[in-house]
Amino acid sequence: MNADILVELTYLLSAILFVVGLKRLQSPATARGGNALASFAMLLAIIATLVDTDILGWTGILGGVALGGIIGGIAARKVEMTSMPEMVGIFNAFGGGASALVAVAEFLNSPTVGMSTAGVSMLLGTVIGGLTFTGSFVAFAKLKGLITGNPITFPGQNATNGVLVLGTLALGAMTLGVFGGQDPATLFYIFCGLSLLLGVLMVIPIGGADMPVVISLLNSYSGLAASAAGFVIGNMVLIISGALVGASGLILTQLMCKGMNRSLANVVFGGFGGTAGVDRAQIGKRPVMRADAEAVAAELGYVNSVVVVPGYGLAVAQAQHELRKVGDLLEERGVDVKYAIHPVAGRMPGHMNVLLAEADVSYEKLYDLDEINDDFAKTDAVLIVGANDVVNPAARDPQSVIAGMPILDVDKARRVIVMKRSLSPGFAGIDNDLFYSDKTLMFFGDAKNSMSDLVREVRELA
Amino acid sequence: MGELMIGLYVFVLAALAGREVITKVPPTLHTPLMSGANAISGIAIVGAIVVAGRAEGTTQMVLGVAAITMATVNVIGGFMVTDRMLSMFRKR
Repeated sequence: MNADILVELTYLLSAILFVVGLKRLQSPATARGGNALASFAMLLAIIATLVDTDILGWTGILGGVALGGIIGGIAARKVEMTSMPEMVGIFNAFGGGASALVAVAEFLNSPTVGMSTAGVSMLLGTVIGGLTFTGSFVAFAKLKGLITGNPITFPGQNATNGVLVLGTLALGAMTLGVFGGQDPATLFYIFCGLSLLLGVLMVIPIGGADMPVVISLLNSYSGLAASAAGFVIGNMVLIISGALVGASGLILTQLMCKGMNRSLANVVFGGFGGTAGVDRAQIGKRPVMRADAEAVAAELGYVNSVVVVPGYGLAVAQAQHELRKVGDLLEERGVDVKYAIHPVAGRMPGHMNVLLAEADVSYEKLYDLDEINDDFAKTDAVLIVGANDVVNPAARDPQSVIAGMPILDVDKARRVIVMKRSLSPGFAGIDNDLFYSDKTLMFFGDAKNSMSDLVREVRELA
Repeated sequence: MGELMIGLYVFVLAALAGREVITKVPPTLHTPLMSGANAISGIAIVGAIVVAGRAEGTTQMVLGVAAITMATVNVIGGFMVTDRMLSMFRKR
């Protein structure tokens, strides 16, 4: 058989295995095998490329692979599960950056490409990859706390961004010689700079708790950038894989927006959240019922059913292992323990599930919002750990800023226990009536310390 | 049919296939889905190898090797961390 055909068939097999690998992610039982299959597909594609390309020098290629492999391998081993959103953010940056560099290199190789399929693909790859690169870095910095998690806004921000987008488009057209013969290479460098700037400006106005949307969206972009790079070098497996990732990111983006009852435009342009404009003096003035670990243990240990609602505070305090111990002890006492997970709990889709899986909580005990909401009315006690907006009944009030957001109906349970550091508001910046309800007990403190105390107290129950 | 149109057909059909497959991924696996998909976007490594492999000038070489390094971080790191996460999802 002709070597070219063999290479093409290997690419095709690789594309098929990517789809099959993703399909196996439909169940936790087959997911690990699916991931292995996808990584095998990647290996096949790389081998096909190495065979297909007349490689002039191996040093750079092997050096790059070795360096990247070491960095990636160490990062993947060391990262804490609580830091997964940052990790995915930074990996996104690298993926987008790599696609952008491919497009940049191909453009500089033939700067007079002009208005053609190749030219347009190169510029698209550059702009999408470039803004994914810087946007992901900003998201990473926000998640890591290197810069403020609150929205960074300035007057006329959306207008500025709009002008910048139009400017980038116009510059792109000029680079391809649409308006006559300027020096394409110089124009292209400015185009690159604008692409990088767009990524920064796109992410800075978006606040911390909207990060699940941003991370998903950037994930989608990193796929689209890879597809664009595929059009540049005329490689189908890049186009296909990029399209798969683009679709995946877009689906997650939609789910996250639905989880907050907000449109994508509202998340991206809204500058929502942060507590800067809220009169904090009015929040937390009403009396609450406090409880200590002993009282909470008694509330949880002598009932039939407990539902735990984890939030970002659980991740911050790294209290997932202590939480699992509490769950185990309660189950030993015959209590039915379930975990209710809101779609946007945490800082990325599925963040809480990974934390609980790390703590060895069986995935069969994790329920999403639709599965569990009808159960709260039959639940004896709800234990909320570091969550706020996702259980705020204000979402049922049409006047509220979070009106219409799907919430966990914890206030239908017989007893609600809220483990939280203080009465400070969540990301939406509003007070939570749940805390002042006559069925709610506030268990103040750092989630990890509180949870350790709770482990001890549940153990001591008769 | 030109190469562009073939590419567009492939892109759109792959995106639709992706949509069908990924819509059915349960919320509990959304983080591994994201990091796994992220690793797949490291497919840019194929483009990077083409650029670095054919490079005749220094610029091409530097850009190509930088792209290979970044894409490899994405691929190796992404698949490994996804595997690490998925190994934790157990039924008890």
